[in-house]
Amino acid sequence: MTAPERPGGEAHPVVEVRGLRKSYGTLEAVRGVDLHVDRGEVFALLGPNGAGKTTIVEILEGHRERTAGEVIVLGHDPQRHERTFRERIGIVLQQTGVDEYLTVREVVEMVAGYYPHPRDVDETLATAGLADLGSRRIRKLSGGQKRRVDLAVALVGGPELLFLDEPTTGFDPSARRQAWDTIRGLAAGGATIFLTTHFMDEAHVLADRLAIIAEGQILAAGTADELIGARSATSRIRFRLRDGMAPPDDLGATRSVDAWELETDRPAAVLHRLTGWSMEVGAELLDLEVSRRSLEDVYLQLTAEEAGLE
Amino acid sequence: MTDLALAVRQIRYENRAFWRNPPAAFFTFAFPLVFMVVFNVLFGEGAARFFTPAIIVFGVVTATFTNIAMTVAIARDDGVLKRMRGTPLPPWAYLAGRVGHAVLVALLLVAIVAVAGWLVYGVEIPWGELPVIVLVLAVAAATLSAWGLAVSGLVPNADAAPAMVNAIVLPVLFVSNVFFQMDQAPEWLDTASRVQPIRHFADAMLALYGIGGAGGVPWLELGVMAAWGVAGVLAALRFFSWEPRR
Repeated sequence: MTAPERPGGEAHPVVEVRGLRKSYGTLEAVRGVDLHVDRGEVFALLGPNGAGKTTIVEILEGHRERTAGEVIVLGHDPQRHERTFRERIGIVLQQTGVDEYLTVREVVEMVAGYYPHPRDVDETLATAGLADLGSRRIRKLSGGQKRRVDLAVALVGGPELLFLDEPTTGFDPSARRQAWDTIRGLAAGGATIFLTTHFMDEAHVLADRLAIIAEGQILAAGTADELIGARSATSRIRFRLRDGMAPPDDLGATRSVDAWELETDRPAAVLHRLTGWSMEVGAELLDLEVSRRSLEDVYLQLTAEEAGLE
Repeated sequence: MTDLALAVRQIRYENRAFWRNPPAAFFTFAFPLVFMVVFNVLFGEGAARFFTPAIIVFGVVTATFTNIAMTVAIARDDGVLKRMRGTPLPPWAYLAGRVGHAVLVALLLVAIVAVAGWLVYGVEIPWGELPVIVLVLAVAAATLSAWGLAVSGLVPNADAAPAMVNAIVLPVLFVSNVFFQMDQAPEWLDTASRVQPIRHFADAMLALYGIGGAGGVPWLELGVMAAWGVAGVLAALRFFSWEPRR
């Protein structure tokens, strides 16, 4: 294949995958995946641990070879491992090391030297939230700070496409928010980002489009709204009742661990019936909650369906 | 930046990181000197003539083969190699940085041992043989570094690195005219030990210090080492790996 060095017209997706398969011995980790990512998009691959996310992202990065299928990233076949390809991507792996005795700035400068058009080192440190830590040795950093070094190292080459494999796993909630802000800032700056995560909220907050994956197969793909909407526009009503009480049967509420739950397309009518019953019999509705179906519901439903098929 | 400049730059970063850990750096240089002192005490007067070139060989083996096999296996396990593999840095330039740094440490160690042998034990440095010494050191360092990279690929994880690498290198050193004079060993062992390169490295270095050998350029020893060097490069190409094994 003679791919153009830098496709001028951006008609081609940045990432295009068709029929991707990957086996490790007899284990099929990826079983026929199709996906595409357009320029400037933040794309999330969402799925439980062991779903095949890391395998897919590492195939796109050129770290692993596929068993079958077509993969084109920025016009290149990643597994040919061309230098011109590596010059255009940035990679944050799940786990990586750097020389512990160098300082943050030295590491970022060292890596900047590998690229033809690196970003400014100071600016990169600031973007990654390392502005004050430049002269600190890697050894002395906390886990979260090392993660920021990973990001700075991935960014300093000025990548057109940034891979983030579970970028916030192990973060505390505030570090997580900070990381999200950083990623959103990069996206606003026009970067194309491919991320994997097993956090629903992360995919929802960050991704323009996402694909839900389980056991090596894509179960659904689209925007978060599409995914939620596609599984019917339902609302969820949740409440608790005092011991021994049950709502009227015609509502079709189901009992979960400690609460009653029901889903409906007509929340106003159902609430009217429910509150009317409550007043009538004097059954207090404790912790009443009306919510839209969340991405989490879709995810759990899809993965449960998938498990049911096995 | 040219690829060659990138490789030289990698050596500089490796070197900088090395000196940032003073205890590790200190013991890298002290270790062979400790052996030198112990052997001289054990074997008494006259032993220094043998043990100065022998410990030079030991220092080069430690600084290249042992050090590369262990540190590269550990770096791979930590994911350092994989990260580098994802950048545009040519893989050979990264490895050249590690090998180049190891060779610089080895040369400094050679100088330290040679000077210590001269100052402490009065063993003359054979300055007249300097070009041949440089040639022998260059071929030995290249061969041992190639095998260091190859063996790093055979080590499954960081925890196994010291045990495995020592289990390979220490027995070989014992039958190589390094820790022990092979003319006192059973003849079959003396003969058998000539298949491996460290024996020939030691024989060449001893000859340059006036012990055994025919004088002049030790072509046989250089030839055997070079053949092992080619095999080492092939083994490294076959076994070297950038990915941590999990």
